Amino acid sequence: MNLDDYRGVWIFIEQNDGKIEGVSLELLGAGRKLADKLQVPLSGFLLGSEIKSLANQVITYGADQVYMVDHPVLKNYRTESYMKGVMLLAEKYKPEIILYGATPNGKDLASAVATDLNTGLTADTTMLDVDVDNRLLEASRPAFGGNIMATILCKKHRPQMATVRPKVMKALEPDTARLGKIIEEKISLKEEDMRTKVLRIVNDVTKKANLADAHVIVCGGKGMGDLQNFQLIHELADTIGASVGGTRDVVEAGWLPHEQQVGQTGETVTPKIYFAIGLSGAIQHVVGMKNSEFIIAINKDPNAPIFDVATYGIVGDAMEIIPKLIEQFKQLRTEKGGEISYA
Amino acid sequence: MHIVVCVKQVPDTKIIKINPKTNTLDRRSAPAILNPYDAHAVQEAVKIKEKTGGTISVLSMGPPQATAVIKKSIEIGADLGYLISDRAFAGADTLATSYALSKALERISKDLPVDMVICGKHAIDGDTGQVGPGIARRMDIPPITNVIEVSEVNQQEKTVLIKRKLTSGYELIQSELPCLLTVEKEINDIEYSPMPNMIKAARYEPIIWAVSDLENVERTQLGLKGSPTIVGKMFTPPRPEGGIRLEGSADEQVSKLMEVLMEKKDLLTIQSSK
Ligand SMILES: Cc1cc2nc3c(=O)[nH]c(=O)nc-3n(C[C@H](O)[C@H](O)[C@H](O)COP(=O)(O)OP(=O)(O)OC[C@H]3O[C@@H](n4cnc5c(N)ncnc54)[C@H](O)[C@@H]3O)c2cc1C
Ligand SMILES: Cc1cc2nc3c(=O)[nH]c(=O)nc-3n(C[C@H](O)[C@H](O)[C@H](O)COP(=O)(O)OP(=O)(O)OC[C@H]3O[C@@H](n4cnc5c(N)ncnc54)[C@H](O)[C@@H]3O)c2cc1C
Repeated sequence: MNLDDYRGVWIFIEQNDGKIEGVSLELLGAGRKLADKLQVPLSGFLLGSEIKSLANQVITYGADQVYMVDHPVLKNYRTESYMKGVMLLAEKYKPEIILYGATPNGKDLASAVATDLNTGLTADTTMLDVDVDNRLLEASRPAFGGNIMATILCKKHRPQMATVRPKVMKALEPDTARLGKIIEEKISLKEEDMRTKVLRIVNDVTKKANLADAHVIVCGGKGMGDLQNFQLIHELADTIGASVGGTRDVVEAGWLPHEQQVGQTGETVTPKIYFAIGLSGAIQHVVGMKNSEFIIAINKDPNAPIFDVATYGIVGDAMEIIPKLIEQFKQLRTEKGGEISYA
Repeated sequence: MHIVVCVKQVPDTKIIKINPKTNTLDRRSAPAILNPYDAHAVQEAVKIKEKTGGTISVLSMGPPQATAVIKKSIEIGADLGYLISDRAFAGADTLATSYALSKALERISKDLPVDMVICGKHAIDGDTGQVGPGIARRMDIPPITNVIEVSEVNQQEKTVLIKRKLTSGYELIQSELPCLLTVEKEINDIEYSPMPNMIKAARYEPIIWAVSDLENVERTQLGLKGSPTIVGKMFTPPRPEGGIRLEGSADEQVSKLMEVLMEKKDLLTIQSSK
């Protein structure tokens, strides 16, 4: 394999039902920086059925070109059909880097493609960079056990691939004046050849989605002590109309269902306000909430790592602070005679 | 119906502690356990077998001590256990791991053709979730990831109905057999092991294979050599500046915070209910 045959940064543009996933737009933002550093074009690639109208959006979010494979068999995501499309593009155009959102479909696709291309794939990346001298992608991910990041490299195989967690990279402001090239690729696929069929897709917007979309989250940690004290978290959330989140330790203690876990193995959230109460701020938690706009930490340990990401920190006992906060909010509500809500 | 479940031995990350000063793992504190997702994978195989009959085999790659997770799987209800263990496997990334496991699967299916492979959604240590789809590609069978329900197994038609979890909701998939599933924890509850299983597990001797017991193996695809990815460096993430500490008594801190929140009108607004 001649590594120099491979050029360009590519982003998998995941669409479901004709709508582009947020993480794909975020990756265009992150990919733009990598492509500029490497002085190569940034391309989005898009698979689906009747998706032509989406190509322009990919360009407004930062791509120089869009590769498209449009075929009825690609209507719903399936590993077999989608990977055929990606293999076709990757083998023909030989990009040096391909990034995918770490969504169920993105991870599934990337894992299958990596196997067939016989190349490396870094999972659930939260930091991306390139070494311009040797053109190596530096994809970093929280490493097992603690507050450590591991940078994974793929030196001798191309393309270099990574899946990237949603909501950790920033999308660019869309620029409708941007121009780009749209390249359509033909593929021959037959429904009869497919070994799987998607019979039905059921969207259920459960609590999980609530947490991901919440404007305000009150998140409690193991430091709340027990289930009974944890009710203070619910009470504060109720008072201000917020959603409740918890750390993994809280979920494992059975104080909250898994849908409400924030972090690497739970939800990634970006609310306007995030209360982090009685939680230490382990890296696996922090990767899931650090892009919140305004973070308020309450912890009795002045050295807790959560204070490093907090906008405002209170060193103190949660059992004492929370009731006071609830009281203040309630008072405010009576004074102003209304409900508390968020812009 | 022959189901093979891939099971991995992992350190219990719930118990593992890190030394905050040196940023290293205190491995002594972490006992080795069956990857929790794989326990659910074995349990699901048991549930399927209750309806279809057949055989459940488990397969693991790891050091000799990994026989412990095979015994644990027998306890849950597996019939046979295979461990592939060889220095040549060491240092494998997900590509090399799926290669080695698929070679073992090849040998297993010579004795008894495989109808379904089940893996966990991910291993709690490496945490990539990439090995399952990798095995499926190598065996050229469809991978179905993030499975939350096996709704139906039709042995005549050789098909399965599967619920697969999506970002918001789920999809119902029909797949031909053989196929490979990776399962979420919510797929089932681990049941108490019946006494006969416990007794069988205690006495069970897993079948152990080295590389030389597998056929058509390209050694360059194994272990460290066969791994395109390497861990470049480990580092503590740059410490963010951190924000402002509110000072004073509890009451003072709370009222200062309220002031800040009130100033941030774009964040928090009080709407009149009228
Ligand atoms: C592979 C892997 C994945 C993981 N994924 C996640 C994940 O998705 N999400 C997640 O959250 N974690 C995850 N973890 C676990 C993570 O490493 C931490 O163990 C966990 O976040 C700690 O939870 P905690 O902060 O609630 O508890 P602790 O770390 O025990 O912290 C409790 C905190 O409460 C404070 N405290 C105690 N009493 C009080 C009081 N009265 N008032 C105020 N403060 C008090 C203490 O000072 C301490 O800082 C993962 C770990 C691994 C290895
Ligand atoms: C800090 C760190 C980061 C890493 N990052 C990457 C990375 O980004 N990309 C990469 O390719 N490799 C990576 N690795 C290597 C990876 O952990 C190993 O390849 C590991 O053997 C398999 O990956 P996993 O633990 O992620 O398994 P997963 O893919 O998460 O496991 C999924 C399922 O596959 C089955 N399975 C996995 N391993 C075995 C086994 N040994 N025996 C039987 N069944 C098994 C189980 O059913 C399991 O539930 C990393 C390792 C470390 C220490």
